[in-house]
Amino acid sequence: MNPYIPHTKRDIEEMLKAVGLPDVEALFSDIPEEVRRRFKPLGLPPRDEIWVFRHIAELSERSTGRGLIPFLGAGLYDHYVPPLVGHILSRAEFYTAYTPYQAEISQGTLTWMFEYQTMVCELTGMEVANSSMYDGATALAEAVYMARRTVGGSTVLVPKSLNPNVREVLATYAWAAGLRLVDVPYDEQGQLRLVEVPEDTCALIVQEPNFFGVIEDLSGLKERIGRAFLIVYVNPIALGVLEPPGKFGADVVVGEGQVLGLPLSFGGPLLGIFATKMEYLRRMPGRISGRTVDAEGKEGYVMAFQTREQHIRREEATSNICTNSALCALAATVYMAALGPEGLRRVALLSMERAYSLAERLFSLPGFRPAFSGPFLYEFAVACADAEAAVKRLRQAGIAVTSPVLLRKCGVENAFLVAVTEKRTPEELDLFVRALSS
Amino acid sequence: MPTIYDRGQRGRKALALPELSQPEEELLRKIPEGMRRKAPPLLPEVSQPELIRHYTHLSRLNYGVDTGFYPLGSCTMKYNPKLHEELARLPGCTGLHPLLPEEEVQGALAVLWELSQYLKEIAGMPGITLQPAAGAHGELTGMFLIKRYFEDRGEIPRRQKILLPDSAHGTNPASAAMAGFQVVSIPSDKRGMVDLEALKRNLDEGVAGIMLTVPNTLGIFEEDILEITDLVHRVGGLCYFDGANLNAFLGRARPGDMGADIFHFNLHKTFSTPHGGGGPGAGPLAVSEPLIPYLPVPEIVKEGEKFRLHFDKPKSIGRVHPYFGNFLVMVRALAYILTLGDEGMREVSACAVLAANYLRVKLKGTYKLPYDRLCKHEFVLSGEGLAEGIRTLDIAKRLIDYGFHPPTIYFPLIVKEALMIEPTETEPKEVLDAFCEAMLRIAEEARTNPQLLKEAPHRAPVRRLDEARAVREPVLRYPFLA
Amino acid sequence: MVPKDLRYTKDHEWVRVEDGRARVGITEFAQKSLGDIVFVELPPVGKEVKKGERTATVESVKAVGEVFAPVSGKVLEVNEGVTKSPDLINKDPYGQGWLFLLSLADPKEVESLLTPEAYEELVKGGG
Repeated sequence: MNPYIPHTKRDIEEMLKAVGLPDVEALFSDIPEEVRRRFKPLGLPPRDEIWVFRHIAELSERSTGRGLIPFLGAGLYDHYVPPLVGHILSRAEFYTAYTPYQAEISQGTLTWMFEYQTMVCELTGMEVANSSMYDGATALAEAVYMARRTVGGSTVLVPKSLNPNVREVLATYAWAAGLRLVDVPYDEQGQLRLVEVPEDTCALIVQEPNFFGVIEDLSGLKERIGRAFLIVYVNPIALGVLEPPGKFGADVVVGEGQVLGLPLSFGGPLLGIFATKMEYLRRMPGRISGRTVDAEGKEGYVMAFQTREQHIRREEATSNICTNSALCALAATVYMAALGPEGLRRVALLSMERAYSLAERLFSLPGFRPAFSGPFLYEFAVACADAEAAVKRLRQAGIAVTSPVLLRKCGVENAFLVAVTEKRTPEELDLFVRALSS
Repeated sequence: MPTIYDRGQRGRKALALPELSQPEEELLRKIPEGMRRKAPPLLPEVSQPELIRHYTHLSRLNYGVDTGFYPLGSCTMKYNPKLHEELARLPGCTGLHPLLPEEEVQGALAVLWELSQYLKEIAGMPGITLQPAAGAHGELTGMFLIKRYFEDRGEIPRRQKILLPDSAHGTNPASAAMAGFQVVSIPSDKRGMVDLEALKRNLDEGVAGIMLTVPNTLGIFEEDILEITDLVHRVGGLCYFDGANLNAFLGRARPGDMGADIFHFNLHKTFSTPHGGGGPGAGPLAVSEPLIPYLPVPEIVKEGEKFRLHFDKPKSIGRVHPYFGNFLVMVRALAYILTLGDEGMREVSACAVLAANYLRVKLKGTYKLPYDRLCKHEFVLSGEGLAEGIRTLDIAKRLIDYGFHPPTIYFPLIVKEALMIEPTETEPKEVLDAFCEAMLRIAEEARTNPQLLKEAPHRAPVRRLDEARAVREPVLRYPFLA
Repeated sequence: MVPKDLRYTKDHEWVRVEDGRARVGITEFAQKSLGDIVFVELPPVGKEVKKGERTATVESVKAVGEVFAPVSGKVLEVNEGVTKSPDLINKDPYGQGWLFLLSLADPKEVESLLTPEAYEELVKGGG
């Protein structure tokens, strides 16, 4: 028997006897014989723990990328994750539970969900938040679906400066729903230029800061689009220093929460942030924890507004989402609690300080200049004669930056993106500059 | 229940962060005035010991697989091996940026590729994508594939209908509707299986496909599965299989051999990855030959000893995940498959199904069993008629007092007062017996002391919570004093 | 149990005819099967509805009840009281818990509704 199954031969015999069956095979007599006959095993022997550990550890070591210094961003960032986050996440009472259907024995989960919702509202300046979506990209797609359900219309205005991977996910969802994505161009500052708002627009998307790292000016946008939704896709760390989108009339704020205490993990699991206005609560996808009292008047938490969800409303639910990114949202909760308001600002400013220091030195080198003149936070686009060659030189020095391919998808030729977090040391910045000084 | 906001004092902090080398204002000036944050977000201000104690306290208010028996039907709450947690923390797994060039992430691609090969063989189907982040995400991706397939054949908008047995998980109709299909419900017959006559009445050229859960949510294997899939194929429709219940036949039968065109796995169910308090999971999708061209990009291919990302697939639906899916979940699932091998997988389904039938037989004399026949990995009782005024909710809450997590309740909808019990293969017989004992005693209490059930739980961190109030007077974030 | 002065539908709505107008609510049976009602969505005043059209929604914590127009007509008035205190439907389904008032487009439609006796039979059979 494999190590996770406790049954002895005797247990099995006793249970079979109780059931009244001669052997284990008889338990499967209801599967058509033809189906059982066609079955083919994988040809895999069982393995011991040492073998499995070694096998996967060896595979993990084969990824040379883990030894490179990451100046790589483009949506996911190498921020410092304090060990206390992992420590809390490894509490088995958290990670071996499921959706808190039975509130009385899930107060731990429901309480942190409530805390998380509060923190997300504070960060984004919105009135209500759900307790997670899969990732920023699908959160954005769901926000667009919600906009369409709420205001009608089938045109979505999408800046050319939106993260191309996120845009590709959105495009899949948009196609399925018969939505039309219309490009919004950017100017030489790298900021979006909203020229025209077609009649049947259901949403305008703005990424803040945008894919080029440039800070967008959100003022006046909501006024320009009227009833259509203003959906802002944020980097939550940036909200430590940027005015929350709620202040500019955003209808939905979504974003990628990986930066809030999650490792890069080859891109998953991630954390989709989703917050909106109270008036749209009943149209919002995802789980929500709400405060209430028990039979003795003691404060406690339950899943609230469940009639929006698929297990009750089925084909009329606000979304099909069920399993989400709960444990990642717990990581974000613990991370934000550990940082506090000061710490969050500090992380953003430290990253900025290092980014500006690198930018200054880099742009004093001959042949390198900023691709855009707009203000940035801690990521920026570098233009040069041969971006591929520059990236190659950096790689030889043990440094990874975002490939020029992604910028090319946004219409930016011969440039690459550089992200600088609080983890980068002065020595690493020196190395970066040296690698590009001919 | 105190929140983190009820702890700490202004000015406390939990981390020592580096200092800035210039005044804050200098840096803040680089942000245009209008976009500069005026008031900081109200985040907690706590010391590190307070923080750790708070979340440790919260964890102790929770119930997980590691604390006790968790027979939550349809969720496969099996034991989560600890080796996997360690593997998912290897720096070569956590430290990789997904946008690194493919030659720098060969190990990670090998993990994905290897897992893909095994999952395809387990499904008995030739194509796969690992991108979906959860079961419902897999369903939605599957619906997108069906849509693209028919679009490519010029059969959209004619094919509008997705057929769904009335016992289906709520995610199924929600996924079909999200992809723009019209949902048609097919009733179950007396056996608890798809009513074949009703199915035939609904089959025409307008059918895009059927979504089946195998075994179904009553825990019953559709004995007519080959006929069902054949009937749907004959009108040109596709067969989607919801894999939530794969634990019932792992290592013994393959959806591909039953006529499935699309099959989603729930790695967090069958393949033992932790449920995380609601996620993250992973919902890889296996497909039949005709659907391969439409799978999401990028595809991971092996050329010699090298792994490559293949983007050039003109018929693809595109991406459904910004990168490759929930990688750390996949690392765990791969470890599980390797540990088990063929033999271990057969043991899983054998013991999961045996445990479910054992409980079924022991409980059916006391509780109503609406569909009394051989079950697979789970079965559904009804709390109806146990005692005057007693509802399934009361039974569930009383189980908490006995130290058990209640089963799934009020689902499937076709059973009144449903109690859906899935013991999984990882519970010892002693625990199964203790659970039966508790269920039988609760049935007794329902008659002799119903108040005990009505007021349960008595031994949880809180008493029964007022769910109506949470909606009538919503408090959905911390009410700061102005 | 079932008031004698009303007419009913098989979907558990009741209708009270008042001077050529129809007052509509959900029955005792419906409120009981839903449980604690926490939310009500009513149609806009002035809306024309057809018999059988989905006109209002009544939600409890874990169930959604759709209210179909028992007869065709124009929405003349809605009960703001239940929007503010949805529990009125639980407490007094035939009185303070009414939902909307319709003008009667075709008074003959009332004739096709269930009589109190017929509705009582339906409920006895489990709804």
